[in-house]
Amino acid sequence: MLDYIRSNRREVIAAIVLLVLLSLYLGTHPRGASTYVLTIWANQCLILGLAAIAQFFAVVVRGIDLSVGAVMALTNTLASHLLDGSAIGIGFGIVAVLAAGAACGLVNGLVVVYGRIQPIVVTLATASIFIGVALMLRPTPGGAINYDLADAVTLDVFGVPTALVLSGLLIFAFWIPFRRTGLGLGLYALGSSEQAAFQSGMDTRLIRIAAFTLAGLFGGVAGLYYSFVTTTGDAGIAANFTLNSIAAVVLGGVLLRGGVGSLVGAMAGAFILKTIASLMFFSGIPSLAQPLFEGLILAAAIAVGGADVLRARNRLEVFGR
Amino acid sequence: MNQHDVPLLQMRDISMHFGATKALEDVDFACRSHEIHAVLGENGAGKSTLMKLIAGVLQPTGGRIILDDTDVKLATPRTAQDLGLVCMFQELSLVPDLTVRENLLLGAPGSGLGWLRSEALAKAQDVLTRIDGGHIKMSTRVSDLSLPSRQQVEIAKALMRAPRLLILDEATSALNASVVAKVFDLIRAERDQGTSVLFISHRFHEIEALADRISVFRNGSRVATFDQGAHSYDEIINMMVGQKIGELFPPKPPVSATGKEVLKVENFSWEGRFADVSLSVREGQIVGLGGLDGQGQGAFLMGLFGLLRRAEGRISVSGKPVSYSSPKAAKQPDIALAFIPEDRKTEGLIQEQSILENLQLAALGLKDLDASDPELYTSTLDRLELKHGGLELPVSSLSGGNQQKVVLAKWLAIKPRCLLLADPTRGIDVKTKTQIYQMLRRLADEGTAILLLSTDYEELIQLCDETHIFYAGRLAASMSGDNMTAQNIIAASLNVTEERKVVHA
Repeated sequence: MLDYIRSNRREVIAAIVLLVLLSLYLGTHPRGASTYVLTIWANQCLILGLAAIAQFFAVVVRGIDLSVGAVMALTNTLASHLLDGSAIGIGFGIVAVLAAGAACGLVNGLVVVYGRIQPIVVTLATASIFIGVALMLRPTPGGAINYDLADAVTLDVFGVPTALVLSGLLIFAFWIPFRRTGLGLGLYALGSSEQAAFQSGMDTRLIRIAAFTLAGLFGGVAGLYYSFVTTTGDAGIAANFTLNSIAAVVLGGVLLRGGVGSLVGAMAGAFILKTIASLMFFSGIPSLAQPLFEGLILAAAIAVGGADVLRARNRLEVFGR
Repeated sequence: MNQHDVPLLQMRDISMHFGATKALEDVDFACRSHEIHAVLGENGAGKSTLMKLIAGVLQPTGGRIILDDTDVKLATPRTAQDLGLVCMFQELSLVPDLTVRENLLLGAPGSGLGWLRSEALAKAQDVLTRIDGGHIKMSTRVSDLSLPSRQQVEIAKALMRAPRLLILDEATSALNASVVAKVFDLIRAERDQGTSVLFISHRFHEIEALADRISVFRNGSRVATFDQGAHSYDEIINMMVGQKIGELFPPKPPVSATGKEVLKVENFSWEGRFADVSLSVREGQIVGLGGLDGQGQGAFLMGLFGLLRRAEGRISVSGKPVSYSSPKAAKQPDIALAFIPEDRKTEGLIQEQSILENLQLAALGLKDLDASDPELYTSTLDRLELKHGGLELPVSSLSGGNQQKVVLAKWLAIKPRCLLLADPTRGIDVKTKTQIYQMLRRLADEGTAILLLSTDYEELIQLCDETHIFYAGRLAASMSGDNMTAQNIIAASLNVTEERKVVHA
């Protein structure tokens, strides 16, 4: 257990910060810790959580994805056209939405790898393209999502918010098994030392393309879930989600230099970020001053993760982190 | 002729050009199974390039690679490994942020991008145990391992892939003698089972201990191939450099205890890694630090250079007690220490910056020195004969030996009173070694005190006037003059001096 805490220090810190913030939030909320409050909180958190996962897959291979929000906007507007009507139609619609997200990521990956262009430049360009498509699909917010389906994934199961159940599924049914595959290992190897990964016989190009495709896919999942929560399509959500997804992964202990962090950390970071925002809403702080306080709390939370630099007795260790 | 003489791998008319540089030119090379084949040459002779071609890291500009009478194209390391050609690289191929276990599984046979299979780990664990690496935990992050431990993991990683041809490129450079002996036993066992081993090392006694056949490379060509024992050291060295060089080590001056004490350390301790270390270095002396790896000698040098927080003890420079807590303070003229770190690639140089910019780094910020004055560096660079294509090129364009010359020139620019060196000749060719030895002796003659950590006991015996051996963070023995023998150094490293005395008494 101690060993686990030591080697996953960043995730553990993120989890503790999250618990403290959540209890503060529930303590100050006028309606207290009810299923209703928790469900709304969890839905908001999961949307950003999925966006953070998308960002995580790009960051862990020493990249960055500035098109996360744009992919969300594109898939969200697409969903607002496809997710209503017959059950078969909706089923097809979901597949189409996710495929669109993955395709966006695949394009990013192919350009990064074969165009040999830095991810930050590639995704900045493709983000504009994806938003352009989203605006053509939905020039003004609107459209509809099947209410029954939306309710099924955004309310609660026996008092537990469905969003939390989905989060658990994501971790236990996807992430933990995924981490035990060669691809899961390869992502970290690539981000930590591309040369070592290559010399160990890994196909570094394929892994990088896969990482960006996964980023696109999870951007699509985030867009889809956003559609279920809001039941409309809106092309204007991109910028906010892109920036918050980067803040979330950093908060969750994912290093921007690649190779360190986890999907769980990215989600925890997203949950923290959303909880801070919700906390502000009920805190009584004037709304104009809220960004200031949000920023201060964010800075403090990140500083906690870096605090152990002060303990390093060998000065060279400070640079290795 | 028996079956062992059939070549496993042949290279015909192999050329490798990097732009205008010809790293290899029309080279023929063959290695057989059941054979340990040593490849010798100076840095830049083309050995590493040859190994990278076999490992699939590089593709030749021209020529054929033939495995078992079939032409093969080694497009990636994966292709090479699938054919049984496994390389243990000089630049370690471990991923720092992953654990030992994950590194061993990375690209392991049978697990591509799908589900990881851990059966092969048993073999790796077995290898680790047999080469004194049993203490290395599978769950440790590689970045937390010492350099020797990383090399042990690297060896285990290579052997678990069941190679038909195993390339060891400076594979044991950071390991101490007793571990090296165990690694060699393992390599011989591999050979006896039919593996062909290509072995690159700059340590002659290792080659004598291990090699069956030897190939010598010079300037991108293979000069000769012969059975071990067919030529003497001197003849081999002459083949490598293409000209006669004098003695490897400069002659030692007569012992004198009259020089002024430049550096005096008393009861120096830090965090339990080293404790109560007291020693002094006089003007004109080269003092050696030896011992098994990780006995505190490396940390001791870092401590002297102000890299360790809350190190305790007294340090005097030129008779004056001093206190400082950062490299910046340590290099100021009143103290004037210089430290050549163990890992020149990451700690000694900034690879992307130019040679000139790297040279200026130590002198920058010192009041009485103008770092941009090339005069500060030219005399050292000339003496060491730095081979470069222009000082404005990135330092990464230099070979390992030449990079080390830049590190030395950078620090000598501040005219240090005392020079601290952590294994400065590790993985460096014979000619550069000789140049560095002569440089150090000359500096000592000019009055610089020199503290030299070395993993090669020949250096301690032949170059140093006095040697201190670390064991478990303490000075286990100090010797000078005729007491400095290989036997005494090894015995002290293993801390068996007391027993021996008892036996002989």
